[in-house]
Amino acid sequence: MKALHGFAGFALRRTLGAVVTLLAISVIVYVVFYAAPGDVAQITCGPRCSPAQVHQVAEQLRLDDPLYVRYLHFLQGVVAGHDYSTGTSVEHCSAPCLGLSYQSDQQVTQLILAKLPVTGSLALGAMVLWLLLGVGTGVLAAWRRGRLDERILTGITLAGWATPVFVIGLLLMVLICGQLQLLPFPQYVPFTEDPEQWAWNLLLPWLSLALIEAAKYARLTRSAMLETLAEDHVRTFRAYGVGERAIVGRHALRGAVGPLIALNANDLGSLFGGAVLTESLFGLPGIGRELVHAVNVVDLPVVVGLVVLTGFFVVLANAVADLLYAVADRRTVLS
Amino acid sequence: MASEGARASTETVLAPASGVRQFWRRLRVQRAALVAASVVALLVLLALAAPLLSAVEGQDPTTYHPDLVDSARGGVPVGTFGGLSADHWLGVEPQTGRDLFARLVYGARVSLGVALAATVVEVTVGLVMGIAAGYGNRWVDQALSRFTDVVVALPLMVMSLALLAIVPSGFPRPVLVAVVIGLIGWGSIAKIVRAQTLTLKQLDHVAAARLSGWSSWRIARRELLPALAAPVITYAALLFPVNISAEAALSFLGAGVKPPTPSWGQMLTSANVWYQAAPQYLLLPAGLLFVTVLALTVLGDGVRRALDPRAASRLSVGTGRKKEARA
Repeated sequence: MKALHGFAGFALRRTLGAVVTLLAISVIVYVVFYAAPGDVAQITCGPRCSPAQVHQVAEQLRLDDPLYVRYLHFLQGVVAGHDYSTGTSVEHCSAPCLGLSYQSDQQVTQLILAKLPVTGSLALGAMVLWLLLGVGTGVLAAWRRGRLDERILTGITLAGWATPVFVIGLLLMVLICGQLQLLPFPQYVPFTEDPEQWAWNLLLPWLSLALIEAAKYARLTRSAMLETLAEDHVRTFRAYGVGERAIVGRHALRGAVGPLIALNANDLGSLFGGAVLTESLFGLPGIGRELVHAVNVVDLPVVVGLVVLTGFFVVLANAVADLLYAVADRRTVLS
Repeated sequence: MASEGARASTETVLAPASGVRQFWRRLRVQRAALVAASVVALLVLLALAAPLLSAVEGQDPTTYHPDLVDSARGGVPVGTFGGLSADHWLGVEPQTGRDLFARLVYGARVSLGVALAATVVEVTVGLVMGIAAGYGNRWVDQALSRFTDVVVALPLMVMSLALLAIVPSGFPRPVLVAVVIGLIGWGSIAKIVRAQTLTLKQLDHVAAARLSGWSSWRIARRELLPALAAPVITYAALLFPVNISAEAALSFLGAGVKPPTPSWGQMLTSANVWYQAAPQYLLLPAGLLFVTVLALTVLGDGVRRALDPRAASRLSVGTGRKKEARA
């Protein structure tokens, strides 16, 4: 009962902390982008706007109000939604309202929701691959430690870790799609339309991301397992005649689960906010590519919305990881 | 004033001198780190000698050679292997005909220079924030630590991409890229510096310095900074290759260093279109990026092992360790 109370308290504290962090992120992002030097209305509207449009933007952004009032207005939109008058009609932008895009006149929230399945497909598929590759390599490396095959494996993972994703992606794409023509150049097909084509087209982006990420997981798994393997209770298991396979696979791996969850949540969180490079390289119409587009045309509401959303995913993922971690290891609750 | 400064500097150099020697000894025994260090030295040399090397070749990185590309075929370099010739050692860039060798060696300057500057920004901001948080009172610590947490949660790529878009284009681009990467990436250094400062604050000699009325500034400089050197150097060495990747990525996306200034990441932007006619236009910048980041990562790892006593002790019992795992 008391433990549960402790856990509930921990969960509450952690959630509150996440909300505060998120608010701080939104303040920083909002202030940085809207207090930037230059004519905000002109920047927001883009270089090709007519003076009338600029004026309308200035009105919608309430540029006469002080910055904090505008921020509160933005926050109000996120919590309660807004009504925008678009000249003749009134458009309702419901609850998590992040504003309107001045380039496409679309609601930022709608824009993001439309792109989310692409980024989600990319992130989740890559995650499955990097967990398989990374943890597998890590277990093998811990098991065969010090031998030649382990050293080669560790070298390969280090090389993977060190390479920027677009370099690996470019080389893979040119080699596999261009020279060998084993796969088509990736082109996003929605899962609901054709699951098989969806997977084939995403295979290369998944692989590129997984090759980069797997190294971190391999290193983490290896070091966590080695630490556990050196502990007394493992020696006891050995003395009792527990097989090496069971020790490595069952007991040593358990010690790596906590840190792995934390790392995975973190990576998944930041990927959901847009795998900017991977999506740009492979031309996948996801959140990351949307951001690049919004940045190029200086569509500030979209940029701010996307950066805040990315921060939201990171904070959410970290909070979830901490809670999972606390469920797995109750000692964290006490600290 | 001057003599005081001189005394302080000899003291700070003298105190960790044995540490420096020990560091070299521990770094030297790591074969991988040594190889990596030589590769890095070579790359630095390449970057420093860029004007000399391209002068020897007789080319420069910005002159267009429209006669060397076939505009009828979309700008494919004329001749075999992407325009390889005695005048252009590595061929020319598709479409513009700019000399590839000159662009690559000048690109090394941008790559290493921007990453170095970004690392310096990270270390400076991280040290100031970390020491202030660790040494300040509870409220200062709370405020700064929260702020650091928030900065750490900011997605590096997304944030720097967005920031680079709104800054007026008058700034010199490489400086801007370095500052943006640095201002987003200092969080990890600030965290480790804060933790170390909290521990150091408890130590007798720091407490004694405080009781004898030293100013916080003097304590930070004379007592804290020398002790913080090892962890900060470790983190800086690990951040350096990350910053190389970040610059390359931003330039690849068209938000970083812009033409005519050459950058490896920027060259890769359109390289996949030309890989059949000019494979070196893809393979050379990609390979250089790969080698640079890999060498710096291995070197950073070696520096970490040489500086971190825990890792070092694990290192020195390498043979015993093998036995224990096999037991």
